[in-house]
Amino acid sequence: MGDLILTKHLGPDRASIDAYLATGGYRAAAHALRELTPDRVVEMVEQGGLRGRGGAGFPTGRKWKLTPKREGETRYLVVNADEAEPGTFKDRTLIEGDPHAILEGSFITAYANGVHHAYIYLRGEFFLGYERLSRALGEAYARGYFGRNILGTGFDLELTIHRGAGAYICGEETALLESLEGKRAFPRQKPPYYPAVRGLYDRPTVLNNAETMAHIPHIIAMGPEAYKAAGPPILYSVSGHVVRPGVKELPIGTPLRAIVFEHAGGLRPGRTLKAVYPGGSSSAILLPEHIDTPADFDSLQKIGTMLGSSAIIVMDDTTCVPALVARAVEFYRDESCGKCTPCREGTVWLSQIFERILAGRGRMEDLDLLDDVARNMTGTCFCLLGESVPPTLRASLKYFRDEYVHHIKSGACDLAPAATPAGAAGGGRA
Amino acid sequence: MALPPARPAPRVLSRETLDAIAAACARYPRAQSALLPALHAAQAQLGYLPEPALADVGDALGLPVTEVTAVATFYTMLFTEPVGRHIVRVCTNLTCHLCGAGPVLDRLRRGLGIRPGQTTADGRVTLEIAECLAACDEAPVLLVDTDRLARVTPEAADDLVRRLGADG
Repeated sequence: MGDLILTKHLGPDRASIDAYLATGGYRAAAHALRELTPDRVVEMVEQGGLRGRGGAGFPTGRKWKLTPKREGETRYLVVNADEAEPGTFKDRTLIEGDPHAILEGSFITAYANGVHHAYIYLRGEFFLGYERLSRALGEAYARGYFGRNILGTGFDLELTIHRGAGAYICGEETALLESLEGKRAFPRQKPPYYPAVRGLYDRPTVLNNAETMAHIPHIIAMGPEAYKAAGPPILYSVSGHVVRPGVKELPIGTPLRAIVFEHAGGLRPGRTLKAVYPGGSSSAILLPEHIDTPADFDSLQKIGTMLGSSAIIVMDDTTCVPALVARAVEFYRDESCGKCTPCREGTVWLSQIFERILAGRGRMEDLDLLDDVARNMTGTCFCLLGESVPPTLRASLKYFRDEYVHHIKSGACDLAPAATPAGAAGGGRA
Repeated sequence: MALPPARPAPRVLSRETLDAIAAACARYPRAQSALLPALHAAQAQLGYLPEPALADVGDALGLPVTEVTAVATFYTMLFTEPVGRHIVRVCTNLTCHLCGAGPVLDRLRRGLGIRPGQTTADGRVTLEIAECLAACDEAPVLLVDTDRLARVTPEAADDLVRRLGADG
């Protein structure tokens, strides 16, 4: 494993601009501003092979090229720091542990895209993150890295931190824009409302994830070839029944086995692996037999799941799968914005069926009913929130049908509820 | 030239809160974008958002109170009813569920004598279920007002109940 790039300097004092400058901070921004054309920056990001870290994995450079640059038309940059996909905590870790990296990436992105007004949409529940990011921004303004005539080059950039107020749907990019405009966070119709062409206030908008921003300074500082050769690196959020949960910076495509058993310290003592979410609660769960799959976009897609936000949730043999999936369904039910019927009604129906099964009142035909509702939500929901419900539900019905049947037939669960906090000592194997 | 319409006197919002709202407005090309910052500021002053506060926010931003109310009732961190002086938000989402959030929530419910969504009779504590707080490496986690507690055990939950009971 090479040197850490994104997480090398994480710490509680990194909101200080002096701490950030001491490790080479804002050098990439100054270099880009003084010596590179905006087009050259876009090209470098494209050559570095960076794919958006919000979940969809769209190539960042290509996304920037899709944003029309018409003379005299205002363009915006919006950074999605509304991290809320269950299991994902890489953005929060960066926001709290190296906030200037996100600011510097935003600076370079704004310059590359001819943007003079940028917003960071920060999750409302990130109180510590808000404190640190605000302090970092205040200090960066005071030193002239934001505001008018930055570094004497004539480039102006205003950046504003916009706090959310509790709504998972705001992670969906068009819902986030509605929220930023001061409205209820209902997703917009695509087409025509692709943010690149009709985004914030109906203007072309570059919309990127917070971790994506943190990669940008490194692509400029290292050069795209060296950055690409280093992996490229991404941040995996590893949690659940592992000994050392945490953010693991690794080359993209590291096999799940290495991530879980080496970097996260393996399972608790005496336990065996039961299932893994490879990309947050929206990805279909996998079995131990899939553990040698490289954790990248294409390999995971090939086995019917996805890298998504690269949140790996590990479950050992103490896990009751129907209870877990029921909790995921409950989450989507609570967070459904109510705009479209399949999501609003489907999640309520699914919840009711799960409630029945877990209360020991399940019927065998409930299994077909679960699958039927899930199938009817697939491809019919207005946005990805509703579309996130069926993958794990259907995978669990396929892989763990016996467990559902046992619940229904016996009316009980044989598994004791898990009661050990993450990080308890251990070392079990798959 | 017609005079601008007289702005009604604020009902409940303080000068400081109105100044904060005006400062937020200056950061956006459209005043409505300052609605969430304005509601955060109003709630920071009053603890929740009673109708007169929503009306004041509407006046400050030039928005009908219906629009302000529609937004205020959409987001889970904004309260249109009174809440406790402390808000405890317990994550019970996937990783916390796997790592023992259930027993933690049970202790809090029993210790505080309320269900999630309720406030203790003395107005001290509101208990809420939070969705994933993006701190799964610290599961189970909860927020006590603005502070995040990591790797909470049932015993730590009992301690928290005692601490909140002793604190004004």
